[in-house]
Amino acid sequence: MKNPPIVGTSVPRMEGRAKVTGEARYVDDMVLPGMLYGATVRSRIPRAKIKKFTFGPGIDWNEFVIVSPKDIPGKNCIALIEDDQPCLADGVANHPEEPLLLLAHPDRHLLPKAVESVSVEYEPLPAIFDMKESESLSQIIWGADNVFKTYLIEKGDVDSVWQNADHIIEAEYTTGAQEQLYIENNGMIAAFDPQQGLTVWGSLQCPYYVHKALIKLFALSADRVRVVQMETGGAFGGKEEYPSMIAAHAALLAMKSGKPVKIIYDRTEDMAATTKRHPSRTRHRTAVSKDGRILAGEIDFTIDGGAYKTLSPVVLSRGAIHAGGAYYWPSVRIRAKAVATNAPPHGAFRGFGAPQSLFALERHMDRIAQVVGLSPVEIRRRNFLKPGQTTTTGQTVNEEIDLGKLLDRALELSDYHAKKEQFAQENQLSKHKKGMGIAAFLHGAGFTGSGERFLGSVVGVEACDDGSLRILVSSTEFGQGTNTVLCQIVAEALGLKYEDVSIAQPDTHEVPNSGPTVASRTVMVVGKLVQSAAVGIKKTLTASGMLSDSYTPVEFRAACRNYVAKHGKFRSLAQYEQPGDIVWDEEKYRGSAYAAFAWAVYIAEVTADLATYSVSVDDFVALQEIGKVLHPVLAKGQITGGVAQGIGFALYEKVVWENGRMQNGQMTNYIMPTSADLPPIRVYFEELGNIHGAFGAKGIGELPMDGPAPAIVNALEDALNVSFNSIPLLPEDIFVALGESAAPEIVAPTTRGRE
Amino acid sequence: MSQSSQARAKSEISFTVNEKLETVHVYAMERLLDVLRRQLGLRGTKEGCGEGECGSCSVLIDGMLVNSCLIPALQANGANIVTIEGLAADGRLQLLQQSFLDCGGAQCGICTPGMILASLHLLEKKPHPTLEEIREGLSGNLCRCTGYMQIFEAVADAARRGAST
Repeated sequence: MKNPPIVGTSVPRMEGRAKVTGEARYVDDMVLPGMLYGATVRSRIPRAKIKKFTFGPGIDWNEFVIVSPKDIPGKNCIALIEDDQPCLADGVANHPEEPLLLLAHPDRHLLPKAVESVSVEYEPLPAIFDMKESESLSQIIWGADNVFKTYLIEKGDVDSVWQNADHIIEAEYTTGAQEQLYIENNGMIAAFDPQQGLTVWGSLQCPYYVHKALIKLFALSADRVRVVQMETGGAFGGKEEYPSMIAAHAALLAMKSGKPVKIIYDRTEDMAATTKRHPSRTRHRTAVSKDGRILAGEIDFTIDGGAYKTLSPVVLSRGAIHAGGAYYWPSVRIRAKAVATNAPPHGAFRGFGAPQSLFALERHMDRIAQVVGLSPVEIRRRNFLKPGQTTTTGQTVNEEIDLGKLLDRALELSDYHAKKEQFAQENQLSKHKKGMGIAAFLHGAGFTGSGERFLGSVVGVEACDDGSLRILVSSTEFGQGTNTVLCQIVAEALGLKYEDVSIAQPDTHEVPNSGPTVASRTVMVVGKLVQSAAVGIKKTLTASGMLSDSYTPVEFRAACRNYVAKHGKFRSLAQYEQPGDIVWDEEKYRGSAYAAFAWAVYIAEVTADLATYSVSVDDFVALQEIGKVLHPVLAKGQITGGVAQGIGFALYEKVVWENGRMQNGQMTNYIMPTSADLPPIRVYFEELGNIHGAFGAKGIGELPMDGPAPAIVNALEDALNVSFNSIPLLPEDIFVALGESAAPEIVAPTTRGRE
Repeated sequence: MSQSSQARAKSEISFTVNEKLETVHVYAMERLLDVLRRQLGLRGTKEGCGEGECGSCSVLIDGMLVNSCLIPALQANGANIVTIEGLAADGRLQLLQQSFLDCGGAQCGICTPGMILASLHLLEKKPHPTLEEIREGLSGNLCRCTGYMQIFEAVADAARRGAST
């Protein structure tokens, strides 16, 4: 009997009812008996030797639990890629807001004053605050040369092309830091029991990252550390790594006090101290034929990693691999570098380096179009990757993607040509200048290269006493729809009802390590594994004779119930194995960077007001190919949310830095788009499918972050005839740029005919 | 509680929350948000920024939409308060909650209680709002997940189904 499909339909969000009724429990909603509240004493200056702490008058310090580095039982580090970031600075602080000491008290109202009353004697050291200073080596603050990581991607013969190129087009592009601004601030609760060990509950993306960090910090065995994810109020990459730090702090206070400890950051602390999107600088030098074909390119991509290595090498990798975008480069050399500065470490944020390098590329494509004398549409059409061609890392495009067709559809949906013509007319007489801008791009799903093989993710599906199924993964829900879509996959794979499947709360004592919830990997990679584990349950039941090959959901439940009653615990596990067609050379950075790419064309319509210099986005078309859409409402919500963040990245969200510290760490002066600021975000899908994902799905979460900024800035250039190379672009930046545009452009494209 | 906090004076106040009369003892500048969450256990009201920008802590006081992080609890003496917990009755979702669920108006869920109360407030004033009125009406409530589009759809859907009646 054939059941109606579940995949491809918009079933109710698994935890949706709890969220709309206010019953969903986030970490700050949890209270344990006898719980203390924790707070962090942080460095006020960018780089210094820490000489001495003085506990000021007017505070009964005996009431406080105080933790310093000497209270750390294991290694003083937050284990991630390299163990260079201390849990508490010991002797030297390398960035403002670096944690120095921890305090806890039963009355949370007393903590702010106590933190203020700890005075720190510093011996300041010279500090550096931007990529240029870091590269100049005026101060060495990390390793031998301030460089966390470099990559070199080479394809073809770049050096031989320049001499005969019709055009050589050079420019530099920069992007600023961006705060994830999840509405729920970071928070953790920790409890320590000498017998059972350590337990932490918190707002986080990656339970096993926290687990790994705590094992090393406390020198405990894996089974004596337990990490539980509470409902998480947004993350966007911002809760990938820093939760390990907060968990470590709460746990140190809990161990020392013998009581549970809660640490909840307030908004300013969260914004100033935790990670943000890496600022970036991309330099393009591109050889182009007179008919607008890219012949070769040199791309230098540099990101500011802040004071410690943390995730910068991985962000750099994704940014570098995406730097060539959705175009065919016969020859290309991409040099990528992550450098150290005395700012809090920059980290994961939706897109993970790709929004930075794709902003540069998609602006550069418009610049190339201008120089060659083609339209932004035509320059893209002539250079799109086609099936059978290879990407910058030499990966052959195996999918039947037709980017020209995708572009045509986006042009039609946005009424691009008619509007271009109309605006060109109207702009002549109006103070409101309108323009249209395009971005075409791709986004790789899953970990890069051999990353998934190294992770070797494991998932489980288990049958419960009542015959229902429960999914066991460490993949977390923080709004994207993980819970819902994984349950859909299992129900579909077994012909069950959506209501027959549930998902366990991520708890390292309960669920296997299915890897971190990052890199647009959950639906594609973890989903496929969950599908396979689910099929394992069915196979066991049929092999044992408890279920026939054709069954109803009711019969399936009964068979599960009987199996559990007879044999006890009934689990099916599945582990990731790299498909044979995915081959990656980590040394040369060549091969299949991603198991699948999602493809997109976004078109923005903007108005710049020459009286106020404000920019409004009036219409936004987001068209993408993401394999099979498993849940239309959730998929659309991912795109609209990502586009909104992309609009913020381009036009609203500016981190103001002073000596390595964010100066505008409040929602009043760091501005994200409100409901009144956004255009209609019109979302359309193409569905080609994908052999590597569950039911043909690809990754989707990060893709929509890549396109909005370049599409909007391209539209602004169309409106104003001024070239902008940096984001964010606030009204004051546009005012300055328009003032300067009377004079020649600062970074002019250099063009050279064949002589 | 430590000695230092016990030394501070508390005042007794009463108000109605979700149709139930409550009497609590509060410090002079204690925020209504904390009294609701900590003393009354109404943890559906969320804190996002603590400075009245994000609207996550929105509640209705005497029919007005307010940020409970900015309201000293003393001000609520005698008031009639509605929080998210006051909406679903007898286990049945209010129409607006159902629309948020159906249309994808809730993603991570942290802004959702405040957003639903702001939507309810809007629909009480304007039972059939235009898109522009919805955009303006919700502009004091920030959502970082949805890009707002599906929230607009949810409010329009609820209006069509007669949520305000």
